[in-house]
Amino acid sequence: MKPFQTVVSKAAPLDLPNVDTDQIIPKQFLKRVERTGFGQYLFFDWRFKDDGQENPDFVLNKPEYKGAKILLARDNFGCGSSREHAPWALLDYGFQVIIAPSFADIFYNNCFQNGILPIKLPPDQVDTLFQLVQERPDTEFVVDLEKQTITGGGITISFEIDKERKEKLLKGLDDIAWTLQFEDAIKEYENTHTIY
Amino acid sequence: MGKTLFDKVWEHHLVNYPGSENSDKKLLYIDLHLIHEVTSPQAFEGLRLAGRKVRRPDLTVATMDHNVPTKDRDKPVRDPISAKQMEVLKKNCEEFGITLYDLNSYDQGIVHVIGPEQGFTQPGKTIVCGDSHTSTHGAFGALAFGIGTSEVEHVLATQCLVQKKPKTMRVNFIGKLPKGVYAKDMILALIGKIGTAGATGYVMEYAGEAIENLSMEGRMTICNMSIEAGARAGMVAPDEKTYAYLKDKPHAPKGEAWDKALAWWKTLKTDKDAVFDKEVTIDCSTLAPQVTWGTSPGMVRGVDETIPSPDDAPDEVTKIGYKKALEYMDLKPGMKITEIPIDKVFIGSCTNSRIEDLREAAAMVKGRRKADTVKAVLVVPGSHRVKEQAEKEGLDKIFLEAGFEWREPGCSMCLAMNDDVLSPGERCASTSNRNFEGRQGKGGRTFLVSPAMATLAAIHGHFVDIREELS
Ligand code: SF4
Repeated sequence: MKPFQTVVSKAAPLDLPNVDTDQIIPKQFLKRVERTGFGQYLFFDWRFKDDGQENPDFVLNKPEYKGAKILLARDNFGCGSSREHAPWALLDYGFQVIIAPSFADIFYNNCFQNGILPIKLPPDQVDTLFQLVQERPDTEFVVDLEKQTITGGGITISFEIDKERKEKLLKGLDDIAWTLQFEDAIKEYENTHTIY
Repeated sequence: MGKTLFDKVWEHHLVNYPGSENSDKKLLYIDLHLIHEVTSPQAFEGLRLAGRKVRRPDLTVATMDHNVPTKDRDKPVRDPISAKQMEVLKKNCEEFGITLYDLNSYDQGIVHVIGPEQGFTQPGKTIVCGDSHTSTHGAFGALAFGIGTSEVEHVLATQCLVQKKPKTMRVNFIGKLPKGVYAKDMILALIGKIGTAGATGYVMEYAGEAIENLSMEGRMTICNMSIEAGARAGMVAPDEKTYAYLKDKPHAPKGEAWDKALAWWKTLKTDKDAVFDKEVTIDCSTLAPQVTWGTSPGMVRGVDETIPSPDDAPDEVTKIGYKKALEYMDLKPGMKITEIPIDKVFIGSCTNSRIEDLREAAAMVKGRRKADTVKAVLVVPGSHRVKEQAEKEGLDKIFLEAGFEWREPGCSMCLAMNDDVLSPGERCASTSNRNFEGRQGKGGRTFLVSPAMATLAAIHGHFVDIREELS
């Protein structure tokens, strides 16, 4: 996992609640056995029309939002299937930060495992950002994880994040290595508990 | 203060690493890790890249279910990519010494069906799988939840998971269920009430008279869809029914081990003075059969109701969701639910593909036929064992005589990764758990219902209030 660095980018507004992982990456693309290459299928059914042409009405296809590394979303983003292909696809497509009022649990977790920063903000602040981005799509934001701030369009918003998760994102640390330090404790557990 | 069922299972599994007392980051030991072909390949890839081993292959069980074909199993798998995923799983299991129930094994089936029926699933266990419906196993009083592929890799390497303690919610299903109303209706009604994010961050315990009266199959249906309310997991306290179900299952403890296990299981009840972070009550005595009308399981109504209007939405954001759903489903506000025509019917998935579900469906259709307007009715048992039992009881004949199709076990049209898909625009009465856009095929429209309601829709070509039919 790469260490998370400050992101400077436009933001793309996906103005829908309950965006589920089936939409983020439709199941017909789950059959790869590698971790990479999923970006081309991100939001496939929304991004492309039946004939394979780009759907010009979908927000990610609008020229003003192309290249955005920040995704602005609504409530319960990432609900549904636990597929980690969803964060892989988002990351592969170029998103490094997702901002929403709430996330589905598994998806939220999966983001950290893959170096994506999911930011939870109160609904009124998310509204403000949506308004800003919809009125002035070219607004550049600076997402600084160290300082826990989002700055852009003349405003600065602070966000909360779990201390250890922040550390790990910043260092690009792998969870498994962390756990394996406690081999003795795990052994001790195994010696004292019966599994039927 | 007393402890909840969840607290007891949680605390039993904490690994005391140095510093763990002062951290809210807990290391949870995992008793059973189930894997399947779709969410595991990249986890094994990760292990190999890091030169790591599987810590406890003996606590790991693999099956193939998500994209297996449900017919012509004697022929090679047609879709080359599905075939490759299955091949890769097989290789991985061989390399790392993991038991695999592959395509033609007698023990193959949907991962959440075979765990319980073989006795791997037990009260008080921690159970994980790279599949969100792992919550199913909570019906036995296990703490069971879905994980992502990175976590699958983590469990393979360490047999532990890094977790934060979730909050607890108790859902009290009070009263007795009316005739024609089932576990599926209970859970759909709950999701309709609290919303698809209503339980985010919580582990739910289902309790109350209606839960106690349910069979293990019914409890599994309820726990299965906990994730659809956003919950981390769902649990039901084990009782005599649980023990009776597990007794003599191939992997259940035997002899002295059984007695010891049983003594522990009996302690796994929420103490009287335990306090939950949240309580919700649902009166089952007045519950109607439920039908989802939209593209999220929370968009649900009683079968005797009408399609809502966006103006009924509680807030602006939901209103947009309603509008989009109505458009996708091609439904008009005010239309009666019983007027919705049905093109296909799917009876299956880890929500409703157990023997009891098939018995209910068969009882409903015995001596009748599917409507001519219904193009196909797929009955897909959850496992080989379920299939065999159903055939012993002659259920397959009842289905075939009714014009239904009788298939081989797998996930099938629940997520349509194999050949079982809806065509664009088709409406499907489905016993599965998700009605998301395109879930059962691009442009397909899913209506979630109980097996009995799905069967009636197959017979009539549209939804019917089962209570009228039964009276
Ligand atoms: S039946 Fe459906 S929900 Fe259940 S495990 Fe298979 S794909 Fe997942």
